[in-house]
Amino acid sequence: MEGFDPFLTIAVGLLLIIGTLLVYAGTRSWYASVGLDPQYYVKRHIFNILIGAILAFGTTIIDYRLLRAYTPIVWGLGVLGLIAVLLPGISTEINGAKAWISLPGGFQVQPAELAKISIIIGLSMILSERTHDSNQPTHRDVLQGLLIAAIPIALILLQPDMGTVLIISASVVTIIAVSGASSRWVAGLLIVAVVGGFTAVKVGVVSDYQLKRLQSFVDPTVDPQSSGYQLRQSRITIGSGGIVGKGLFKGPQTNGRFVPEQQTDFIFTVAGEELGFLGSGLILALFFTIFMRGFRIARRSQDIFGRLVATGVIAWFAFQAFENIGMAMGLMPMTGVPLPFMSYGGSSMFANLIGIGLLQNVHARQRG
Amino acid sequence: MNQRARLSFLVTQILIISLMIALFGRLFYLQVGAGGKYRDAALSIQSRDIVNPATRGLIVDSSGVPLALNRVGLAVTVDRSIVDKQTDQGAAVLMRTAKLLGLSYTDVYRQTRLCGELQKGNQLGCWTGTRYQPIPITKDADPNKALQIVERSDLFPGIDAMPLAVRNYPGLGGVNAAHVLGYVGPLTDADLSGANGKHYYRSESIGKAGLEFQYDSYLRGTPGIRTVIVDRKEAVTKESQNTQSIPGNHLVTSLDARLQNATESALANAVFRARSSGYRADGGAAVVMDVKTGRILALASYPTYDPNIWERGLTVKQAKDLFAESTGVPALDRPLQGQYAPASTFKSVSLVAAANAGYNLQATYTCPAQVTVGNRDFQNFESKAQGTITMKKAIAISCDTIWYQIAYDEWIRDGGLRPKSNAHDYFFAAARGFQIAKKTGIDLPSESVGRVPDRQWRSGWYLQNKDYFCNYQSRAPKKQQTAFLVALAKENCTDGNFIRGGDAVNFSIGQGDTVLTPLKLTQMYAAIANGGTLWSPTVAKAIVKTDGTVIKEVTPSVLGKLPATSATLSFLRGALREVVISGTAAGTFSGFPIAVSGKTGTAEVFGLNGNGSKKDNTSWFASFAPSDKPKYAVVVMVSQGGFGASTSAVGVRKIYETLFGVIGSQVDPAKGLFPDGPPTKLPNISATTKLSEK
Repeated sequence: MEGFDPFLTIAVGLLLIIGTLLVYAGTRSWYASVGLDPQYYVKRHIFNILIGAILAFGTTIIDYRLLRAYTPIVWGLGVLGLIAVLLPGISTEINGAKAWISLPGGFQVQPAELAKISIIIGLSMILSERTHDSNQPTHRDVLQGLLIAAIPIALILLQPDMGTVLIISASVVTIIAVSGASSRWVAGLLIVAVVGGFTAVKVGVVSDYQLKRLQSFVDPTVDPQSSGYQLRQSRITIGSGGIVGKGLFKGPQTNGRFVPEQQTDFIFTVAGEELGFLGSGLILALFFTIFMRGFRIARRSQDIFGRLVATGVIAWFAFQAFENIGMAMGLMPMTGVPLPFMSYGGSSMFANLIGIGLLQNVHARQRG
Repeated sequence: MNQRARLSFLVTQILIISLMIALFGRLFYLQVGAGGKYRDAALSIQSRDIVNPATRGLIVDSSGVPLALNRVGLAVTVDRSIVDKQTDQGAAVLMRTAKLLGLSYTDVYRQTRLCGELQKGNQLGCWTGTRYQPIPITKDADPNKALQIVERSDLFPGIDAMPLAVRNYPGLGGVNAAHVLGYVGPLTDADLSGANGKHYYRSESIGKAGLEFQYDSYLRGTPGIRTVIVDRKEAVTKESQNTQSIPGNHLVTSLDARLQNATESALANAVFRARSSGYRADGGAAVVMDVKTGRILALASYPTYDPNIWERGLTVKQAKDLFAESTGVPALDRPLQGQYAPASTFKSVSLVAAANAGYNLQATYTCPAQVTVGNRDFQNFESKAQGTITMKKAIAISCDTIWYQIAYDEWIRDGGLRPKSNAHDYFFAAARGFQIAKKTGIDLPSESVGRVPDRQWRSGWYLQNKDYFCNYQSRAPKKQQTAFLVALAKENCTDGNFIRGGDAVNFSIGQGDTVLTPLKLTQMYAAIANGGTLWSPTVAKAIVKTDGTVIKEVTPSVLGKLPATSATLSFLRGALREVVISGTAAGTFSGFPIAVSGKTGTAEVFGLNGNGSKKDNTSWFASFAPSDKPKYAVVVMVSQGGFGASTSAVGVRKIYETLFGVIGSQVDPAKGLFPDGPPTKLPNISATTKLSEK
């Protein structure tokens, strides 16, 4: 037993603290102005972090090798949640996507977030089982793994939640690549991803809503009132922060709520405006630290399963952070994915912290 | 780990590090590289300037009578950003509004279009401001009707009514002065772009013409700005600055309301007289100048228009009429912008030229019925021979043939068609000395410049027209293929680049290609009167703050001296006095108790009117008085007004009557306007100053 990786813990802890301040900054004046409790969001955010921390701790202490035994259950629960979310009466539709299950007490669960964990663990298990002498997964293993991933991905596609599909797909390809599978699989999957994305847009699997978001990324003037407007506002808000920022709670763009969803998908704009280049750069540096520590853990893992899980979790965090921050800065098209550890939202927070728990778990049991 | 797995792991790490570097680079660009740009963009998103325009300064005459002031009007405005979004682009709402206000829909439609939105030739009455401000369709709405608009906002979406400061030209004492005062109007996109180096706020009005334009930066004042920070729903969250407006400064002019009114009616009267004698009399100008300073005491242009129509909102008809030939182009400021052949008034210049060339002014000269130059006979006025007469009498009765002979002799002396390289060109030199081809430099915009057709001008003109004249028969329309015109074109083709005898002869009597503005002629006669000083005329006297402090005094400047000895000028003044005593203007001024000196002019005008009739002569009278100690120069010009003496000289006499207080053949100094000369002290300024009765 090696215990926790301290760098990983500190980096995540700092991101959680900064995120909490930003959630508060992004919601306090808005809620105060409509006569509601300005701390409504931040209280719930802290509550989410606490639950997430307990989940993470739980994930850490169970030996991940034991997890392998429960993998089919974890995966099955994930798929069930994804089916439930599509059923009328159970799901809540937000922005044209059926992604949330309402729970009593005003809470909502987003099964797709938790499904990410199911897919990473499930795929890692299939690809690390060695039923033969070879040092690499067979075609059969890869096909099985793809099936394991494809079912939940297809269900998420039906919501539809393109952002999550993209991030999970990227993680899946990464896990397959790092598993040592034939490079033809990796190349093939990349081609499928590109062709699939292109066809989806062409034949209209992608909804108008999503298409508009993609178009407005290419040409922000297409729809000045909606997504193009949001992207422009987002860039302006970040840019106006300058080097040192306007100061926490003092951003006029943030307080005027010119950027929508600034406590969730666009939380990075709050950092950009109020904390400036120094603060936003620190956030990027903390993410970078998490990724580097994650790779270190993967490298030093005792077995293939541990390595694949760690790599999958890092790929997930990295692609999601890139998509979210890239969108806020106009580098990526608009897809509604939260920023790991920072955005307001319970399911996402739980999944992120469970992911950290997995990393710590692998770290704790690594080679000496 | 096998080899491939190791490689993939490495590639994954490199990929993710690259993504992080991309994010970091982009962040650096947004916040450090382009941070300034985004900061400005954010500011324009968050902050709203509420502009409280400053009260515009008054324009007053030399004794403080307001010529331009402000009053509160009720404006009905159209918000294009709202009406454009209606399914019919606001047609129904605009039609309803037009009907309620008793305006025509066409007018309202055009008033609310940017000029660029309308087809060329159909832009009259268009909005010269920008799309982003409420566009007033009237500033004089009936309060009851305005109330209906405000109360029934469901029927009038995008239409609003609000009180607004309106520039007002009160016309006290019957003054019009539309051309001198100018008008104010909305800012254009070009103004707002800062291209002219000035910073404006969108809802400000600026001077567009006349004194309003010339002294706009003083008159306009500084608007008060209240900057508020708004949120996405435009709700005000904070006030970031609030400055009070600083009212504009007042402009004191040298105009006199009483004299201005008298000058305007004398001019109109002259025009009507000419018309009743059968002349077309399509326009006129009158200028009164203080000869000792060059200050303008009155400046009139006919026809004129009500300067208040701009602020009321021009109808399409009004806009069209301002520039239509059928209404005499009232927008044209004839004293400054009209260019006319000076005819015999130019003989004062010729006399100076002759004196400088060595001709004896005391000698006698023959005044035959005609002088032959080359193959053409140049007739005396009305083809009368006057025998041998003095130079003084030649000016008084306006003999032309004396000048033909002198000009022709000088032309021969300068080499004729083969000019000497050191030609004296006494006539051109004298014209240049009077600065005819230079602007007077008056403090009003858009002044036209006169023309002296000297050798240099002639060769430039030839280069431009040579092709046309040398191919006249194929180029000119059938109607202009008369034998005379064809011969003239042939002449112009062969030696049009030279000053010919005929050109020199025509020049000496102010005909041919010589033109000048009435203001320029006034400046010249003021210089003759004051001993030879050419003043740059001024209308403004001072800029005064609302508390009475003088910010700037406008002091007249000297442009130069006439190219004449004091003996020549003294002779000239005597001759000009003789014009009024025994010459061409004697009848008009018979029994007039003030000694006036002056010169009539009757200029032939070539070309046809719109209806095909030949153009009538330009009528001039240029003068100064009193003859012994000149104080004022007065010039009246009526285009197509017939004889100088019978049309314009009468107008001049009427102006002097007001100036000096002449009743019948008596002078009542108490009734004269300036018993002690034009005021030199600045008046107290108040919007409520009344015209004093005299």
